[in-house]
This record gives sequence, structure tokens and C-alpha cells, in this order.
Amino acid sequence: MPNSPSDRSAEPRRVTVQRKGPLLMEGPVEVELEDGSVVTSDRFRVALCTCRRSRRYPWCDTSHRDRA
Amino acid sequence: MEHDRGEPALPAPRGPLSGGVEDYLRGAGRLPRLEDVARAAVYGEDLQLALYLCYELHYRGFAGVSPDHEWDPELLRTRAALEHRFLSALRSDARVHDSVDEALADLLVEPVDGTGVSHFLRDEGELWHLREYAAQRSLYHLKEADPHAWVLPRLWGRAKAGMAAVEFDEWGGGRAERVHARLFADLMTDLGLDTTYGRYLDAASAEALVTVNLMSLFGLHRALRGGLVGHFATVEITSSPGSRRLAEAMRRTGAGRAAEHFYDEHVEADAVHEQVVRHEVIGGLLEAEPHLAPDVAFGIDATGFVEDRFGARLLADWRASRSSLCAPLERETTHIS
Repeated sequence: MPNSPSDRSAEPRRVTVQRKGPLLMEGPVEVELEDGSVVTSDRFRVALCTCRRSRRYPWCDTSHRDRA
Repeated sequence: MEHDRGEPALPAPRGPLSGGVEDYLRGAGRLPRLEDVARAAVYGEDLQLALYLCYELHYRGFAGVSPDHEWDPELLRTRAALEHRFLSALRSDARVHDSVDEALADLLVEPVDGTGVSHFLRDEGELWHLREYAAQRSLYHLKEADPHAWVLPRLWGRAKAGMAAVEFDEWGGGRAERVHARLFADLMTDLGLDTTYGRYLDAASAEALVTVNLMSLFGLHRALRGGLVGHFATVEITSSPGSRRLAEAMRRTGAGRAAEHFYDEHVEADAVHEQVVRHEVIGGLLEAEPHLAPDVAFGIDATGFVEDRFGARLLADWRASRSSLCAPLERETTHIS
């Protein structure tokens, strides 16, 4: 199961960055926000907003897309 | 014959093709003649319902119909004739981008002044619009992600791993209460709709049947695996912004918490799925089988084509203050907010 990484705890956790788009990492993750509150996602992969436009921050909601 | 409780009733026929297929399934008549298949309106409700009936035998079947009909050679011959009409029409009618990158690039631009169904529902949708929309979409959402499972044995490496991971998420990540089809049933309950599988097949428009038949067509043919992947990518890429608007529509109309949650979940889930499908599934497939690129582009374009037709029909009916359904909904009786 993607959410059972216990036997790989010694491996570094890979994070994928892109010039345009969210930061991708394997879940589950806990994110501590500026105000000290903690939010969690147990999805197999998590997309973290980097453009700061998401209305569901810190999760990506595709608000980084170009508009035309 | 003993029936599984999960098997829906056969719908009302909508012409000689769907009527002929139903008679055959009941053991009460002959299949339609191939000349009649050749003459019928390809996107019309009769041909599309006949095809839908053939495909549904691979999902849950129908009450009173032997499950052995799934692999009945005579029925498969009729299905092939229906599919030939459908696929030929799509190949000539859908716009085809020159490359997958161009097709994806167009999907990844969000229109500033969008005029689609989700914009309409967000800005002026009333509960009766939302109920009609959910009834029509229930044909897919009550088997959400199922047609795409057929592609798994036909992929390998990165494409298979990515596809399986997204499907696992669609099916609730191992938790029955989070299966997306279950979340949609909860939305239907909020809207006072009957969550029985197949309940709204009679109500669905020809345009709605086309959208589901496209996925079954792509899913059931290994030769069309590129199209299936293109289809899945289109759904995942366009879902997140559209779901945000639909979640707003549900909030504004007070549809209920489960109705909001279905679309809120899709905003977040599909922002992730989109990334996995583009980078891992499409990227992995085309790395392994680069000759499938035109099929992936066709899958994207055919999906856009059938979704646009469905949206145009809904908006034309609603702007004329007409129901978009082919059979009326029952009166809402179960809504408790």
C-alpha cells in the first residue's frame, strides 16, 4: 500500500519540485502553518501549493494555472 | 432466474436498436439487423442506448438477463457494429491536436470568463438543475473510475504504478466509506435522489449516454489504451477547477454537506491526480510506447468533444427553462438538511 512506508523509513523521502506547479511528495504528511496549526493529508501523494493562490492552502487547487 | 440485488432493471427501449438488444437479452427476439445499425443516428439515443446495454453487461448486468450474455458472440458482433459507427464518427468529428503536449496545454489554461455547465450552476443553478445534473452524471459517478481499471493489465512500469495509485485513491484508499462512488451516492441522498445503481438510465439524455459509452469503449479495447489514458487525463485535469465551482453551487443552494464534500474532495484529489496522470501515466506510457501519442491526443480530444456536446445540451435546455431529462425525476422526498 502506498501509505505504508514503514519498511522504507531509512530511505530519504523524495520531493518533486516544478518551476510551475505544486510541490509533490509522498503522503501521509503533516504541514505546520504559520499560525502553528497543523493540517494532515493521508493521500498517497500530496500536492503542496507553492504559488500561494490556492483557496485550500496549503493544498494545491490548480489556481497556479494560466488564465486566458 | 435468481437476481443479484446489484443488478438494475432493463431500461425502457428508445427505438429499434435498443429494443432489439433488449428483446435478445430477455430471450424474446432477434438482435437488430446490421443494416439498421448502419442507418441509425450515431449520437442518437437509440444507438447509444443499444451500445450502453451491451457495455453494461461488463459492469453489473441487468436483472433477468443471464450473465453469460457478456461473451455471447452474436451480441458481440452487434456491439462491434455499433462501436464501429461510434468510433468512426468520433474520429471524424473530434478536433485532433497534432501532439499530446498541445492537447494538454489547451486543457491547462483556465478561461477567465468560462461559460460551461459548472459556471452556470455556480452562478445561477437552482436545486432542480443540480438534481438533474446529478441524475445524469450518476451513470458514471456510481461506477466512478471503474471503466479505467480495464487499462491496468495493458500498462507497465511507471504508467501502471501511477494509474494504480490514482485508482486506489478513487476507490477510497482502502476505506469503503471514502470510495468516490459512495461519496457520490451520499451527494445524491442530499439531493433527494435514489442512489440505486442504474436508476436514472431512463432519464439520461443521449449526450450523457455518449460520455459514458466513450469510457467503456476505450476501457474494453486494448487497442484503444492510449485513448483511455488520454480520456483519464482529461477528466483529472479539468475536474479540479470545475469541482470548485460545483462545490460553490452546492453551498449556495444549501444542497447539503455530503453534496459539498463530494466536490470539495475532488478539488484536492484531482489536483494531485492530474500531476500523477500527466507525469507518470502519460509520461510512462509514451516512454514505453511512443507510437501511442496520436491515440492519447485522440482520447483527449474525443473526451472534450463529447463533454462539450453534453454541456451544450444541458445549457440549451436549462436556458429555455426545460428539463434536460428524458424521463421525469420522482418528487424529492428524502431531503433532510
